[in-house]
Amino acid sequence: MTRWKSARAPLIWGALVLAIGVPVALAAASEQLAWRDPVYILAGFAGIIALGVVLVQPLLIGGYLPGLSAYRGRRAHHWIGGALVLAILIHVAGLWITSPPDMVDALTFSSPTPFSPFGVTAMWAIFAVAFLALLRRRLGLRPRTWRIIHIPLAIVIVAGSVVHCLLIEGTMETISKVALCALVLAAAVKVMIDLQVWRKRGTRGENAVRQ
Amino acid sequence: MTTAVFNRRTLLVAGGTLLATGASGLLLPARASGLAPTESMSGGANNYRKGAAVVERIGKGGFWMSGTVRRAGDGAPLSGQRIQIWAHTVEGREHEPQSHGATLTDKDGRFRLEMPQIIPIFGQPHGHLAYDSGEFKTVFLRPVMRSAKETSLEAHFVLQPA
Repeated sequence: MTRWKSARAPLIWGALVLAIGVPVALAAASEQLAWRDPVYILAGFAGIIALGVVLVQPLLIGGYLPGLSAYRGRRAHHWIGGALVLAILIHVAGLWITSPPDMVDALTFSSPTPFSPFGVTAMWAIFAVAFLALLRRRLGLRPRTWRIIHIPLAIVIVAGSVVHCLLIEGTMETISKVALCALVLAAAVKVMIDLQVWRKRGTRGENAVRQ
Repeated sequence: MTTAVFNRRTLLVAGGTLLATGASGLLLPARASGLAPTESMSGGANNYRKGAAVVERIGKGGFWMSGTVRRAGDGAPLSGQRIQIWAHTVEGREHEPQSHGATLTDKDGRFRLEMPQIIPIFGQPHGHLAYDSGEFKTVFLRPVMRSAKETSLEAHFVLQPA
């Protein structure tokens, strides 16, 4: 048991690095890259990184990453949320430069590609969460109100991102892509169960995260 | 013993067929004129360049785009029709001039043009085709390959008078 405890932290961090690193590395080895210019490549990888970030977010808020206090985990969740917005902006801008009419179709929900509306919906949900998070204090949103806003949007982000990613035929290798998507879903479901997000609660302080 | 002429399966099949034909009849009212014209596909005109030249082959080739052009109504093959083709290939991006070319249909209304291998762009390996010569209504198509490994793709036009 003690052995597991001492090995637990490096194992969890190692698994996280692999979960995100392996799909990124395999995409970096994709033969599709030979036919793409740097802007398109950057846009694609910004999307893959964004999916990795969507995996990290629930892990941080659930307190599953060893060595991070609840406070630091939440601080990291805020900053990484900002990084997610940046990654999405790079993703969309890069694709816009690559093929403006295709990006316009996607943003106006009139694209022929079935995955685009899922991605665009997730994008707006990400922007909404980030915007409201910035204004949260100024608007005086109570923790419960914030949760009522954030959790449905988080579900939209996770589901939208996963479907978007799975339907795309691009540089990502299939098995590592499905695995990363499964982990993203699992992390989101686990944190919602552990924090019992559907229950009415006064403040966040009451949630004891089961370790 | 009587043999059941209608068992559950035949009943389901017959019922299903009846429903399907009935429903499609409601959705697409039968046209006295017969063959319906092809509608432009969403995104079909993306990265279109007007007036691509008729070519023997686009770039170095290795991939075949083929299809047919027929007249709406009677379905008669249309010969000598100019079909423009473009895609993101191993030799260039969708909007670049070298990725574009055109070909003419033969007497049976068929066309076939060799072009470089299409590769996935915007998440789907797809090609673009246009009929834009004016005699008939302009149509833009955007067929999608079942797999990025395929080395051919088809698209079919049914044109109506402009």
